[in-house]
Amino acid sequence: MADSAPTDILEMRGITKTFPGVKALQDVNLTVRRGEIHAICGENGAGKSTLMKVLSGVYPYGTYEGDIVLDGETAQFGTINDSEALGVVIIHQELALVPYLSIAENIFLGNERLRAGGAIDWNRTNAEAAELLARVGLSESPTTPISALGVGKQQLVEIAKAISKDVRLLILDEPTAALNDNDSEHLLGLLRQFKEQGITSIMISHKLAEIAEIADTTTIIRDGKSIETFDMATAGASSDAIQDRIIRGMVGRDLDNRYPDRVSNPGAEVLRVEDWTVYHPTQPGRVVVEKANLNVRAGEVVGIAGLMGAGRTELAMSLFGRSYGRDISGTAYIHGQPVDVHNVPDAIKAGIAYVSEDRKQYGLNLIEDIRRNISAAGLGKLSKNGFVDENEELKVAEEYRASMNIRTPNVLVEVGKLSGGNQQKVVLSKWLYTAPEVLILDEPTRGIDVGAKYEIYTIINELVAAGKAVLVISSELPELLGICDRIYTLAFGRITGEVDVPSATQEGLMALMTQETTQETQEATA
Amino acid sequence: MTGIADIRDLLTRNIRTSGIYIAFVLIIVLFSVLTDGLLLSSRNLTSLVLQFSYILILAIGMVIIIIGGHIDLSVGSVVALTGAVAAVVVIRNGLPWWVGVLAALGTGLLVGAWQGFWVAYVGIPAFIVTLAGMLLFRGLTLEVLNNVSLSPFPAEYTSIATGFLNGLLGGYGYDTFTLVIFAIGVLGFAYNSWRNRRARIAYNQTVEAPVLFVLKLVVVAAVVMWFAYNLATYRGLPAVLIILAVLVLAYTLITKHSVFGRHVYAIGGNLAAAQLSGVRVKRVNFWMFVNMGFLASVAGIVFSARSSAAQPAAGNMFELDAIAACFIGGAAVTGGIGTVTGAMVGGLIMAVMSNGMSLMGVDQSTQQIVKGIVLLLAVAFDVWNKKRASATR
Repeated sequence: MADSAPTDILEMRGITKTFPGVKALQDVNLTVRRGEIHAICGENGAGKSTLMKVLSGVYPYGTYEGDIVLDGETAQFGTINDSEALGVVIIHQELALVPYLSIAENIFLGNERLRAGGAIDWNRTNAEAAELLARVGLSESPTTPISALGVGKQQLVEIAKAISKDVRLLILDEPTAALNDNDSEHLLGLLRQFKEQGITSIMISHKLAEIAEIADTTTIIRDGKSIETFDMATAGASSDAIQDRIIRGMVGRDLDNRYPDRVSNPGAEVLRVEDWTVYHPTQPGRVVVEKANLNVRAGEVVGIAGLMGAGRTELAMSLFGRSYGRDISGTAYIHGQPVDVHNVPDAIKAGIAYVSEDRKQYGLNLIEDIRRNISAAGLGKLSKNGFVDENEELKVAEEYRASMNIRTPNVLVEVGKLSGGNQQKVVLSKWLYTAPEVLILDEPTRGIDVGAKYEIYTIINELVAAGKAVLVISSELPELLGICDRIYTLAFGRITGEVDVPSATQEGLMALMTQETTQETQEATA
Repeated sequence: MTGIADIRDLLTRNIRTSGIYIAFVLIIVLFSVLTDGLLLSSRNLTSLVLQFSYILILAIGMVIIIIGGHIDLSVGSVVALTGAVAAVVVIRNGLPWWVGVLAALGTGLLVGAWQGFWVAYVGIPAFIVTLAGMLLFRGLTLEVLNNVSLSPFPAEYTSIATGFLNGLLGGYGYDTFTLVIFAIGVLGFAYNSWRNRRARIAYNQTVEAPVLFVLKLVVVAAVVMWFAYNLATYRGLPAVLIILAVLVLAYTLITKHSVFGRHVYAIGGNLAAAQLSGVRVKRVNFWMFVNMGFLASVAGIVFSARSSAAQPAAGNMFELDAIAACFIGGAAVTGGIGTVTGAMVGGLIMAVMSNGMSLMGVDQSTQQIVKGIVLLLAVAFDVWNKKRASATR
């Protein structure tokens, strides 16, 4: 069978998937060769995830049109179990692990290793789990609970779970979206290993540099249609050339500049933070941020670079009305005046706004409409005697819809129905309406497509042009280098450097981001 | 046929909210046929209002709690406790009726503050706090009453629930006052609908065709005025109905248009996002429960006034009827969704079913089975509806 197996492991022909009122996929074709890493690129909402759900049986046979041919045979998956039985395993963007179960229990969840009689064979479970963990390069004990692992390691557990099912075709939906560069690198290395072992991978990613680095073939999907498939070897000479090629396909035009130009013209200091120290909320004695000093001037974009776990979000959230941590000490000044912010309402009053890295969890009420999400933080400005002026509210929402270019027929649409980019614009609108002096943007472009990213950068530029101070946290160094004036590096809770962007390099930043003194190493790893 | 497309659009666009009204009408039609029209007789309509008013009052507070993502299992016990306090004050100690009312209201507020404290500031899930409250306040009721019923209340007190406003503008075989009050209500509703419609047009929103709009108003007006006529030809306007109407109006206003109301929806919709948007979550949660305690005491007063007694077992299972009313009325189990009007219609559906089945002579056991199934189907519909909505995403 192996000899006669066709060179294409998978062929999806003429896939059309319709939801009530929407054609999500229209005559999509996808051919994946055996043993390759095949990237699927497209803007958010282009239909990538839908296509993968069709392939993995999440949308069962009969709910779509077209054929799935796996190893030359037409496959008709009724459930995910059907596709997994044939070695097609999908790892979704949102990890599906149970936090309070052990690694081994999670790996074999629904696929338990049993003894005769139906009891779980714990020795086999843990032994096999240990082997799988070794294959993905994890040294944790199989009995460690998932909740004790960081996102990067959880992602590896997901992959261990996938290979436990004798996977032949591994589908990864944005596997590195939540990972830092180190973890991403590790994961990509793993995919290369799998390739050598004959496992075919399909990978959806917004990180084009990664795709340029690892993929053999790329298929572009735009507006629910497959636009083109090209061999990466012929796509371009350098990583940048390949990325430009992909972007051209995704947006259907050339995007000359990924970061809009801005004339830097910093004014007076707006935010200054001195000796800011934050302790972990539940683990007494653990320092998360230690004696941080930083400042941001009006009209300036300042970046915070740091690896996952360096304390970036913790620093931002503790500044924003002590929303994170305990025993916070240090002083924050706005326009030179010390401000005492003990809760979020105080922070808003002091002119601080914080746009969370996770807009669905912390930024939006998804079941509420755009209008009410935009007014949520500035309701005080819209109300008199405890009642909301709804005409004014509608007007405000409409103004932001226009000025932020939120693509929706009107502001009464549920926010949950918008694309990631538009959702982010709603969050930004909400905070702009509070008329902040300082905006802290935590991963402002995570999980949103190239076109929308450009729009977000443009909005940031407009903000600083209007004299606001902007603090940006990002895992993507090119992004920080593209939009910031100055960058602070954070490592193990300490600010390890301050770099002016014109003289900064990715390598230089990375060196500062991984810098640790012996004393802190013990604390941070304890 | 734009008219038909329009109706279909009106129904499908808001199937969650319109479904409930359609179900309500169907249930009324069903039971009036099954009871040979007895359901809709003047006498029965009046007793329906009196009999279920306290459940509706509880449902107002409950829907706010549920929108906020909580639950309150203690309201039945609180109804008993507040009634008992009023009885001790008025019957045992012979103080004036209004002192009893104030004492009951005060007790309700204290109970609400107690539960609000544990939920909001200590962070114990409302399910646990109010489960404890259910036992605690029932025990306190027994304690206060020394395990015996107290009765009867003086006439001034019982008239809160059993009194009627009649003949204020003269009677001509029917009560003009009742009709005038209802007519004012209908006009107010029409004016408000017209204003909303104008605002929607100004904002380029789709509105139903003018014919349909007028038709809707005429139907509502006809139904309401027919109901009023029935009241007017029997005993006039029940005092309880006035209390209920004032509460429904006030709380519709609060939930829809006040900052507090917005914050309740925000907390139920996404707690973390609300907190990070500057909502004082603890404070809002606390006042939600204080408010529930207040409304439970109002229900307790109405209930004790209606039965002219305070009994140790009063209010048993009321919490379940109130919760059921909210969920049948479209409130979401996960919080963030629900309306006062929805809860009222949900409560009325339960009321019409109970009353209809009682008129038909259906025994209690069957009634419970039917009510249980209706609740299950209502929530199943909600879940199905959500799945449908997320599938189109």
